[in-house]
Amino acid sequence: MAQTIFGEAINQAIIEEMRRDESVFIMGEDIRRSVYGATANLLEEFGEKRVIDTPLSENGFFGAAIGASLVGMRPIVETLTSFMWVGMDQLISQAAKMRYMFGGQARLPVVYRATMFYGGGSAAHHSDRSYPMFMNMPGLKIIVPSSPADVKGLLKTAIRDDDPCIVFEDGTLAGSRGEVPDGDRLVEFGKANVLRQGEDCTVVAIAGSVSMAMNAAEELVAEGVSVEVIDPRTMVPLDKQTILDSVEKTGRLVCVDPAHKVCSAASEIASIVAQEGFWSLQAPVVKVASEQVHIPYTPALEKLVYPTKDKIVEAVRETLD
Amino acid sequence: MAIISVPAPCGLSRTAAVRDRRQAERGAEVNIDKELLRLMLRRMWTIRHFEVKVIEVHSAGEFTGGAHPYIGEEAVAVGVCAALEDTDYIAGNHRSHGHPLAKGGDVKGAMAELYGRVDGYCKGKGGSMHLADFSIGILGESGIVGSSVPVATGAALAAKIRGDDFVSAVFFGDGASNQGACHESMNLASIWDLPVIFVCENNQYAVTTSYKDSVAVEHVADRAVAYNMPGVSVDGQDVIAMYEASMEAVKRARSGQGPTLIEGLTYRFDEHSLGLGRVRRGAYRSEEEIEKWKKRDPIEIFTRRVVSLGELSEADCEAISEEERLKVEEAVEFARNSPYPEPSELHEDMWANPIAVP
Repeated sequence: MAQTIFGEAINQAIIEEMRRDESVFIMGEDIRRSVYGATANLLEEFGEKRVIDTPLSENGFFGAAIGASLVGMRPIVETLTSFMWVGMDQLISQAAKMRYMFGGQARLPVVYRATMFYGGGSAAHHSDRSYPMFMNMPGLKIIVPSSPADVKGLLKTAIRDDDPCIVFEDGTLAGSRGEVPDGDRLVEFGKANVLRQGEDCTVVAIAGSVSMAMNAAEELVAEGVSVEVIDPRTMVPLDKQTILDSVEKTGRLVCVDPAHKVCSAASEIASIVAQEGFWSLQAPVVKVASEQVHIPYTPALEKLVYPTKDKIVEAVRETLD
Repeated sequence: MAIISVPAPCGLSRTAAVRDRRQAERGAEVNIDKELLRLMLRRMWTIRHFEVKVIEVHSAGEFTGGAHPYIGEEAVAVGVCAALEDTDYIAGNHRSHGHPLAKGGDVKGAMAELYGRVDGYCKGKGGSMHLADFSIGILGESGIVGSSVPVATGAALAAKIRGDDFVSAVFFGDGASNQGACHESMNLASIWDLPVIFVCENNQYAVTTSYKDSVAVEHVADRAVAYNMPGVSVDGQDVIAMYEASMEAVKRARSGQGPTLIEGLTYRFDEHSLGLGRVRRGAYRSEEEIEKWKKRDPIEIFTRRVVSLGELSEADCEAISEEERLKVEEAVEFARNSPYPEPSELHEDMWANPIAVP
């Protein structure tokens, strides 16, 4: 076990998988010089053919990755969530739909690594947390890691998976540290992580909000409240059983989601529990998600948008009223 | 083959060229193996009979949805695919029947797909606009125009990375030539010297909008100048001209010299789509224009030429047409008798590594 920074864990996963499998290559903007940190040392080890700097052409290179995957390569594409809008047609019309549309002929082992920068004054065009919009589209596996160990293990799984995966890398975690197990450790898709056992309320938290949920749970101990914290780790596939089992035990649910609240991942979890876990509930489900506004530049307003530890504490109290 | 250079736009180097558009009518000699000539004629007839039949059975209500006849444009896909190997890849667009049939795709599977049956290429899940047969390099047709251009470019990127010698060709229309995906892909292919052939089927109308009103240059091929690749505007009614231009492009691609843009100047004899309702012809193109183009039927042009040169006999040509007509008739019977998918098929084929259905 080694203490590893989130970005380094991503870098390790890429290097290990590129060493393991020659069909893995990576493309994106400014990756050879590792502008965002996760692609350091790749060019030196793997050369220009497998580490490709692209022009600013998301439609072009998102699609080129799809075409390469169809004929046997395993491309990794580095991008930012906010640039995904530019290449949306390729992600939706091609990556998500091809396999089904062609009756199962297509195999698309392509991974899009999309960083979500938010919370740091990046304003409306660089702060997207868009995974719920992709959950709505069948055909894409949606990965939302919250720790260095998970981002490494999930990214490795994604690279070996034969379906299109989008790994949403939470930029607020970029400098976070955590223990990453040594060796070739994969994290399975669709297995939620129960980070903290509790009896009174279940908090399901996603990506950067997981640590806030853990801090909120710690704070609530002083009030004699025992909170169970669950990180789904992947939204597609979603481990709904772990969530339903937890709600059966606690009778209460708070869903924390850095995405906008309407049709959010939190909404989907709340709806599953409302339909399949209704008789376990002792209180209404509470969503703690981002306000339904664009991300304002000024820190004075931006700090009001996202879930916080205090909002989660308040939501848990609401379920206990 | 005569190459006439055109004034290059913006004072850039002259990479675009316009082929002599009437060499077929002039009866210029051909230097192509007879078997290949037969194959080209055969595939043009396969497509023609297929489309004629599709219009008939679609009008009779035998299947639903849109379908986009390729009648009049056969020489483009056939000329390009005649220059490809089975191990090469193609991708295409909504006007999709001609491309896979030109690549040698199974006629029965294509027809069964239009009928939405389990024996279709895509088990009935794709339909007319999404024919694909990966077993012979047909990476699929895209209903979103221009959207398959990056995909074909990516297949070529894989060839470059691995050092494979396959090439990919992608078909798109004059309308799609205005899509960002096309422009981005041509730039990518050129900076990376990818083995891809961009084939613009300029049938002159994006539904009802003339390319003269939507493309800023005289020929779509002129745009190649901006991507520093060869661009050539070819008579799209002349399958031999299309084949020869494609052979040059394939040779360049396979030898690592990068992409080529080929514009096949052609014409859609029928309307944009079946099932869309009939657009009154005079509303966007004149009867005179349509009749003028119908006189340049690619199959007639080819047949006249090879017969007059003594390459094939009239009887040969008629026999080929009849064989293909029967093949299409059989395909319709096959499609009619093929079952619809079971309801249990609904959730199949979503994932290569399956996950639980939400």
